[in-house]
Parts: sequence; C-alpha cells; structure tokens
Amino acid sequence: MTAMLAFFNDEGLVSVLLKSIFVENILLSFFLGMCSYLAVSKRVDSAIGLGIAVIFVQVLTVPMNWALQTYVLGEGALAWAGFPDSDLSYLQFLTFIASIAAVVQVVEMAVDKFSPKLYAALGIFLPLIAVNCAILGGSLFMVERKYDFVQAVTYGFGSGIGWALAIVSMATIRWRMRTAHIPAPLRGLGITFITTGLVAMAFMTFSGI
Amino acid sequence: MTATATPPAKAKGGLFGPDEIKAIKDPLWDNNPIALQILGICSALAVTTRLDKALVMGLGVTFVTALANLIISSIRNFIPNKIRIIVQLVVVSGVVIVFDQILKAYMFDLSKQLSVFVGLIITNCIVMGRLEAYAMGNKPWRSFLDGIGNGLGYMWILAIVGAVREVFGSGKLLGAQVIPASLYEAGYVNNGLMVLAPGAFILLGIIVWVQRSISGYSEK
Repeated sequence: MTAMLAFFNDEGLVSVLLKSIFVENILLSFFLGMCSYLAVSKRVDSAIGLGIAVIFVQVLTVPMNWALQTYVLGEGALAWAGFPDSDLSYLQFLTFIASIAAVVQVVEMAVDKFSPKLYAALGIFLPLIAVNCAILGGSLFMVERKYDFVQAVTYGFGSGIGWALAIVSMATIRWRMRTAHIPAPLRGLGITFITTGLVAMAFMTFSGI
Repeated sequence: MTATATPPAKAKGGLFGPDEIKAIKDPLWDNNPIALQILGICSALAVTTRLDKALVMGLGVTFVTALANLIISSIRNFIPNKIRIIVQLVVVSGVVIVFDQILKAYMFDLSKQLSVFVGLIITNCIVMGRLEAYAMGNKPWRSFLDGIGNGLGYMWILAIVGAVREVFGSGKLLGAQVIPASLYEAGYVNNGLMVLAPGAFILLGIIVWVQRSISGYSEK
C-alpha cells in the first residue's frame, strides 16, 4: 500500500510524469526548443516525426547524463575512484553537450543500420536535435531538481511527450490558419507567437491537478 | 574584451571600414536575429520576467557570440568540414563556462535566478547560426563585430520585453516601484498574466509585428 502511495504523492512518479507533460510543459512554460518548434511546425507529418525523435533522444540522454552527473561530475562523485573531494561540476555544460551529440550520432547510425524505413522518416530530424535546447534543458533541469534514476527516466519520457504534444497541436493549428486573412507583417512568426500564447494559456489550466 | 572592442580607428586597412560598420549595424535592425532571422527565441522569453535578468542574459549572449565567432573564425581553415558542428559546440561550451563562472563569482543571486538558462546559451541558435553563416567564411575581426552586433540586436528586444513585463506584471522597473501607490488605491491591479509564459508569447508576437510593419518585411 505504501508502495502504491509512493507513486502518487508529490515526489511520486505519476506526479513527475504529469507535471512534465502538462503543468510544466518544457516548451509552453519554459520556452525550450522554440527554434525547431517554429521551423518545423508548418507541416503536421514532419512535426510528428520530430516529436517522436525528441521523445526518443530525451529518454536516452536524461538518464545517461544522470549517470554522468552522479558518478563523474558532481561533488564527491568520484569517491568510487579514490577522489572523495573532487568537484567537476564546472565541466557540466561541456560534458552534457558532448554526450548528447554522441548519443544523437549513435542513434542515427543504429537506426540507419537496423531500420532503414524509420531512418527515412526520422533521419533528417536527428541532426537538428543535438542543438535543440529542450534536450540540454531537460538534462540541466534533471540536475537542478535532484531527481533519482527512476525519476530521471520518467522525466525524460514525460518532457519528450510534452514537447511532441505541443509541436503537433501547433502544426495542426497552423495548417488550419493557412487560409486565414492575416495582416502581412503579422504573418508567420508574429501570429505563431500569439497562437502559442493562447495554447500556453490553455495548458495553464492543468496547474490545478 | 572592451580593450579590443575600441581599438584606434585608423589602424591599417581601416578597422571600421564600411564592411565592418555593416557587420555591426545590420543585425540591430535590418537583419535582427529575433524578429527577422527567428533565432534564439527560447531564452528570449524565459529570462524576461524582469529587466535586470534580460540585460544580463543579453550581455551573456553578446559575450559568447563575439568570442566564439572570433575563435572559430581564426581556426576556420583548420576545421575538417565533417566534424565542424562538434568543434563549434566545444568552443561555444568553453566560452559559456567562462561566462557562467564569471557570473557565479560576481553576481551570485542573479546567476541562481537565471538557473539553467545560462547553460542554454550553448544551444541558443543565434550563436550556432552566426558561426555557421558568418564566422566560417569571414575574417576574425569582422566576425567578432558581427557577434557583437547580433548580441546587441538580441539584447534590445529582450530589454523591451523585459521592461514591459516587469512594469505591467509587477509594477516595478529594475526593482524600483514605478507605478504609484495612488493608482493601486484607485483600483489598478497588476496584470499577473505578464509574468507567466502566455504573456511573453503574446508580447513577443506583438513586438515582431511592430518591427516588421516598420521594416516592411513579411513572410509569404
């Protein structure tokens, strides 16, 4: 029973998952990954492709960076190697971005080798992801909030889903807006921002959960 | 850094010839990174709940873009084309780490409030975008100026968004009360939406609209 309850309390997994998908949506409340969001949300099918790719990479990189932070970078993390008072946290940015770039590269090669069909669908999106701030942001938030391993996996999954949800819904809205009459200077970037603001407002209503 | 930014104007070859002036002036208005190139939006929205945060973030991006441009442009002929993204990322992270350490040393409170967004300068598309589009094909000094110009073009938009959000969201500017107490007694209420995410989106949408109406640019 207590094990069940642990899933649902404030720090529980369900809470981490729901929070990362809806309440603290990484795109709509932390603005991460805006660049690729703006560039790729013009078509629904490519939005879905990029969304899936982000979920995939996020689930891999957040736990991996968790391991790096816990066993290499953090304060006293190198105790197992005989350096009890090491603190390499100033190398955090460099290590995280390098590990993300490496994961993206490996995933790209693996997908190409084992599933050419999936590669044809996701291939062009994978390189874009190395510089997507949602990925690096996810890892940095994971460190700041001091998640444990299981929470880190859940958070990676949830934030990926949240990002994908936001970009796909925006792509459908933009698809419908093609035929609308919008003042010329507002077209494109301007109206996309204002619509995103309205979508973000809708997502804010989840914060009561 | 300021020492290199203000060299004697009449050094050989003209350090501030027409091309150099153009490199620094263009991104301020005609080719603004946020309004026209659509780069670096993430941090533009997240750090603008207060003006001081927006200004520090603008300075950070200017510092990083200028230095990374300078470094990459100096070694551009030695970077193998296939791994240039990795090389760029490493240089950028190095410069960002320097900025982060400076911030932690001299403005600890502010660096705590900016939290992960200092680190996210690495993936700020302005930095990578300018490296790819400018520094890989131009001389170091001009690339350095281009970095300064783009950083400042980013900063003034951030400053406007930050100022509007702080004044209307909390009635303050740089921490000092600007909306008089008598107005509150007359029934004025701070607009709470301004400090939240949707306010930022809508405000930036409007700024882009105004900038494009004046500069006459429109998307198809």
